Amino acid sequence: MWDYTDKVKDHFLNPRNAGAVDAPDLDATVGNITCGDALRLTVKLDEAGRIADAKFQTFGCASAIASSDALIELVKGKTVDEAEAITNDDIAEYLGGLPEAKLHCSVMGMEALQKAIAQHRHRPFDLEDAGEVICQCFGVTDTLIEKVVREHSLTTVDEVTHYTKAGGGCGACHAAIERIIANVREETQSGPEPGARRPKLTNIERMRRVEEVIEAEIRPVFQADGGDIELVDIVGSTVQVAFRGKCAWCRQRDFTADGTIGGKLRELVDETITVEDVSERLGDER
Amino acid sequence: MSDVIYMDNNATTRVADEVREAMAPYLAKAYGNPSSVHTFGGRIAHDVDRARQQVADLLGCDPTEVVFTSCGTESDNTAIRSALAVYPARRHVVTSRVEHPAVRNLALRLARGEGVLPRYRHTELPVNSDGTLDLPDVGNALDDDTAVCSIMWANNETGVVFPVERIGAMCRETGVLFHTDAVQAVGKIPMTLADLPIDMLSVSGHKLHAPKGIGALYVRRGCRFSPWLIGGHQEAERRGGTEAVAQIVALGAAAELAGRRIDEERTRVVALRDRLERELLARCPDARVNGTTASRLPNTTNISFEYIEGESILLMLDEYGICASSGSACTTGSLEPSHVLRAMGVPYTAAHGSVRFSLSVENTDADVDKVIEVLPPIIKRLRELSPFGREE
Repeated sequence: MWDYTDKVKDHFLNPRNAGAVDAPDLDATVGNITCGDALRLTVKLDEAGRIADAKFQTFGCASAIASSDALIELVKGKTVDEAEAITNDDIAEYLGGLPEAKLHCSVMGMEALQKAIAQHRHRPFDLEDAGEVICQCFGVTDTLIEKVVREHSLTTVDEVTHYTKAGGGCGACHAAIERIIANVREETQSGPEPGARRPKLTNIERMRRVEEVIEAEIRPVFQADGGDIELVDIVGSTVQVAFRGKCAWCRQRDFTADGTIGGKLRELVDETITVEDVSERLGDER
Repeated sequence: MSDVIYMDNNATTRVADEVREAMAPYLAKAYGNPSSVHTFGGRIAHDVDRARQQVADLLGCDPTEVVFTSCGTESDNTAIRSALAVYPARRHVVTSRVEHPAVRNLALRLARGEGVLPRYRHTELPVNSDGTLDLPDVGNALDDDTAVCSIMWANNETGVVFPVERIGAMCRETGVLFHTDAVQAVGKIPMTLADLPIDMLSVSGHKLHAPKGIGALYVRRGCRFSPWLIGGHQEAERRGGTEAVAQIVALGAAAELAGRRIDEERTRVVALRDRLERELLARCPDARVNGTTASRLPNTTNISFEYIEGESILLMLDEYGICASSGSACTTGSLEPSHVLRAMGVPYTAAHGSVRFSLSVENTDADVDKVIEVLPPIIKRLRELSPFGREE
């Protein structure tokens, strides 16, 4: 059982602002049903540009619903500029705190607000639109991860997961999240760390390293989910792999090949590596 | 909380009054060690023997085939690790994708080579969308290199019952040890292990109205066995450690009670469960049952309510003192829905909104009335809050 404050329970059981406003001026949805939570925020502005009314519709757990309701309590009556300053901390604080693993619910509230404001200003919504999707399971971009790492001085992947859910699924993006954390820390600390340059590899060394990394780092992740991959060949810096088991018909396979496996190999072996999926060429087992 | 309606019996059960009374003396005056030479302790060995007989009667086996353990997880671990120890040259294990973590995570560790290098080959059999296994898959998975096949008797989340007799026969044919985690099946499904091709079987006390902290492992006579917990001579050297006498006596009493109530489980409890399920499906649109209803535990139903999230449902039920559980991400403590529903390919939209009701002989018609009165408005309320809904 989650340890929710009375305020969370109250806003979950008796939300004040559920629904959608009529003819909204701003209408923003973040999250989706697959990820387990989603929030639609509708806003009515008055002539002075103040938030006259706002409502939410939320799919999610008790803390997601309570965070949505708290967000609306916080933005009502504010100008868009004032509302822009609201952070996920304000939402969590309003509720008397959230369990650590539920902080992403407050971040979802902040995201919906930022998205609505971006709409108001006719600007792209950077947290979704800009940057690269790092966590494929929950569709989280590096822009959002960087933002929470910076604003909350996060140092571990677990913390990033608590705030954004990134890394909470298959785990294949953990290395990428670690890299973002390292980059942000490097930036915020004075001067770059004396990072050792990776020595150039011979072909033989590269092949051996690729094999080792696939065996030790990549296959266990796939196997844990009922699938597998096979290293088929290494042609220059192109690594050819074939998917087996569950992975053979997984719809996420496209980005898994160069994204997940390639990312890991580029990180641990050689930056020039690309990964090619040759499952079909070998004739799918199924 | 006084007025609790408890429908989470696959998670744990209430300790039955007569079970508590049976164990009480061993927490008071009868504190001796069954291994002692003096009468005060030594006579307690007879009480342990009686409990062993009671468990054997429920399982339909010989008492010498019953080993007391601390819990179902220990039984599962002991069985699988024993099979690996007695067949050290074999490097393959077979399980299903819907096993309890006690089996699944152990198998995944073996496959990763954690603590057991070189790593084991692991075949994790898929299940169909109705939660059932394809028997030919089992046969295809078994080979000369397979040390153990471990498939649960009944799934804890969906209640789906697996054809263990046929799986066991296939294992026997190929000379593979067969273990089944029967934690959810014992006491709900009559069984005569003497007649079944099952080598090892796990039992958990707290799923059948005994306290937590006691389990048992059935080891068929003649089955090669290697103990996991090494210590004294207890349990015929199959499990070291001073006997947890009170808990063992409790498990014996619970087994006897379960034997007496098993018919009621298969008549009255089934009727309660069926009425609950039927009424909820009739009163809540966009709801569906997860798992086949053709071969299922008498007490379990797992229902998905589309467009809403399970934790919210549970917490609103909690306001009425109704206890159930969910396979949604938020309630599993992870961010993904239960591995069982994912293995069945239940769409995430439905998996997030799944609720499991698991009844027991202690539930009444009034309990079912209350749930079918209270839940439909909760579902409606949460759907009003949700941005999703049926496409118009």
